Amino acid sequence: MNTRPPVFPSPATPPPIARPAGWASVLLRPQFMALLAVLAVNWVLFPGFFNITWQDGRLFGSLIDVLNRGAPVAILAIGMTAVIATKGVDLSVGAVMAIAGAAAAVMVTSGVPAWLAVSVALAAGLVCGLWNGVLVTFFDIQPIIATLVLMVAGRGLAQLITEGSIVTFSDPFLIFIGTGSVLGLPTPIVLATLLMVIAALIVRRTALGLLIEAVGVNRSAARFAGISARTLLLLVYSFAGFCAALSGLIVAGDIRGADANNAGLWLELDAILAVVIGGTSLLGGRFSIPMSVLGAVIIQAMNTGILISGFSPEFNLVVKSGVIILILVLQSPYAARLVQRKSAAPTSKGRQP
Amino acid sequence: METDSATAVLQARGIVKIFGQHRALDTVDFDLRTGEVHALLGENGAGKSTLIKILTGAYQPDGGEVLLQGTPVSFRDPLQAQGYGIGTVYQEVNLLPNRSVAENLFLGHQPTRWGLIRRREIDERAAALLATYGLEIDVRAELSEYSVAVQQIVAIARAVELSGKVLVLDEPTASLDRNEVDRLFEVVERLKSRGLGIIFITHFLDQVFRLSDRVTILRNGRKIGTQPLAQVSTTDVVRMMLGKDVAFDHHPTGLSGAERGIPRVTFKGMGKAGRVAPFDLTLHEGEVVGVAGLLGSGRTEMARLMFGVDAADQGSVEINGRAVAVKTPAQAVAAGFGFCPEDRKLDGIFGDLSVRENIIIALQAKLGWFRALNRDEQIELAGRYAEALDIRAANHDMPVKLLSGGNQQKVILARWLAIDPSVLILDEPTRGIDVGAHAEIVRTINRLREEGLALLVISSELDEVVAYSNRVVVMRDREMVAELTGDDVAPDVIVRAIADHPTRQEPSA
Repeated sequence: MNTRPPVFPSPATPPPIARPAGWASVLLRPQFMALLAVLAVNWVLFPGFFNITWQDGRLFGSLIDVLNRGAPVAILAIGMTAVIATKGVDLSVGAVMAIAGAAAAVMVTSGVPAWLAVSVALAAGLVCGLWNGVLVTFFDIQPIIATLVLMVAGRGLAQLITEGSIVTFSDPFLIFIGTGSVLGLPTPIVLATLLMVIAALIVRRTALGLLIEAVGVNRSAARFAGISARTLLLLVYSFAGFCAALSGLIVAGDIRGADANNAGLWLELDAILAVVIGGTSLLGGRFSIPMSVLGAVIIQAMNTGILISGFSPEFNLVVKSGVIILILVLQSPYAARLVQRKSAAPTSKGRQP
Repeated sequence: METDSATAVLQARGIVKIFGQHRALDTVDFDLRTGEVHALLGENGAGKSTLIKILTGAYQPDGGEVLLQGTPVSFRDPLQAQGYGIGTVYQEVNLLPNRSVAENLFLGHQPTRWGLIRRREIDERAAALLATYGLEIDVRAELSEYSVAVQQIVAIARAVELSGKVLVLDEPTASLDRNEVDRLFEVVERLKSRGLGIIFITHFLDQVFRLSDRVTILRNGRKIGTQPLAQVSTTDVVRMMLGKDVAFDHHPTGLSGAERGIPRVTFKGMGKAGRVAPFDLTLHEGEVVGVAGLLGSGRTEMARLMFGVDAADQGSVEINGRAVAVKTPAQAVAAGFGFCPEDRKLDGIFGDLSVRENIIIALQAKLGWFRALNRDEQIELAGRYAEALDIRAANHDMPVKLLSGGNQQKVILARWLAIDPSVLILDEPTRGIDVGAHAEIVRTINRLREEGLALLVISSELDEVVAYSNRVVVMRDREMVAELTGDDVAPDVIVRAIADHPTRQEPSA
């Protein structure tokens, strides 16, 4: 029968990076530490930071405000996570926000029912995403360039829709999306949470998550393994477009108008940052949607902290970049090795250079 | 060894190069005389490019020494080697296509006066220089306006101008047609008569015989021999490249065509212009068909057509007598095909994904998005196939990139066994892996055949091919030229089939 060779000692491979399982370890990740640190600083600067009050049937307080203000970027980050996991990036989400807001605002002001306006705006987001996906998959254009096209052209498109002016509206449904509340929680928080839970469930309960990671890690090998990478990429970019449209509706509802010039401006960069802070590599592969949302919350907690502390807003960008550098350094393989070496110091032996 | 330091311009003595645990070169000697063309031959992974990189300063040897005109030298980088007189020209011309021919020739050492480049002098000198190569062209025109052959000659002229003692030509003819090859060879002959030592790397055997004075053959990092080409035949050279040093010990497999089962898959008139000439091939149940041929003979291209990696432009595929479309790998997987590609790192493994995920990924792709294998199913599958193939990993959650090459290859094999394939194509499954994993993979191939699988195995190692193949097809010049069965499945017959008609040129598309 099948004679086995003598069993060799197992090959000398470096041990995988230790990652203890369970909730305790999740809470020990640098992102949670960073969030706690930012919140603590906010608390020191503004002792009422953790106060939450119930007023007019909904919750108020700085913490709620952080989540509420962070919701648009969190939603963008959910879509962006999937794109970045495939080794891509989507620079157009800010412009797509403007398109969706403009489309919904123009429609409701001309008498189209709100549900239809919202549906069309979301569909427009999907189409924008699909466009990006087609450029990336069928024309094989690098994602950063392919989506740059819509980043520039999209804002022009939004301005064409609004005919250059800020279109204000008083439609209660659109305003509800931006400023309403459900069971005491602001609608943006509810929408972002729902989207996060649904998206995370879909990618982890179906095979989508694994297949997306496979395409991101090695697109050629994915093809050889029989994965339809093209379909997956189209889906992922379309989803990012959908998320951007939803985010655009929230922003428009919040200011009760569509500002084609400024809606979502530079938010694509915040979204990318949120994904990176959440630990998804720009080189593709492993991703986590909840961690990206956490990244968005950290960014917003910093923004809010600087605002309420009374510092001038100019500090915002400088402080933000400092904290971000710190988080990225903590996440780096170098830091992981440092921690490992410390914890394994007594038994450390022959480490490879 | 007939090494004579008086005439040797470049010598390597006992060169050793180690990458990780792999000996890429094992005490290799090499010598190049002035005024000779010395061909360097060997299959992928034989150590040709490593040796060249050491001779031209791109790598530092871990042992041994390099001598230039009898003096030991050690080059920091290719630029320094160039300063000592060693120039290299690669298959892809490393020049600036959007600058003029003259500028390309003198880039970096333009004649200047008061810091200004003297255009006219450059042009005049360039024209004069190229005239000595029999090339009368407008040197002010952009390089990209000329054919690859002319660009190649410009690159050679530049290399010779800058160095002047040794010229390394790395696959210079791979993208040239017949007339262009003739033209290039004239230039090489001219340089030879000027007393340059020329190292010529190619995988076209007929060109080796046409141009070269001596040949050195490498296999698995060792030097097999250096011979004057006047004293050897093509068959000798092929045998040195593929076989054992001594005569083959022919041990028949005891497998013959009669024992095979019913036809599993038939490829009819399948081909792609410029890649593989149309071929017919039927794989039967419980049969291993070996594919032999030199590098560049079209063996990998054939496998890629079969698996839909490249779309065939003619021909059809029938499975159990029913026509099926195999235009993409996804369709091939759906039809029950599996394919272990030649380049494991580039096309095979997902480095950052776990061993477990790497094993279940093809099955998951086949099942589709919505029938996800849950964690327990994944663990069970990975465990079963890791056990069956003896995959040595500390655990199945570690990234597959941390495994050894042999274990990675077994992971890819496990990936295809997990889809319960009916046809399995293996392209060089045992290349670059350790002896233990090698034996395990050969054992697995035999076991799968006994279980009724139809296998197509491409391999450069003839001893291995005859050990497991019922039939062997031979590829040459992108064409299937022979099908060997029964007693003909023997290394010497295969070598003869590969070496036949050595004067034939590659058919142009």
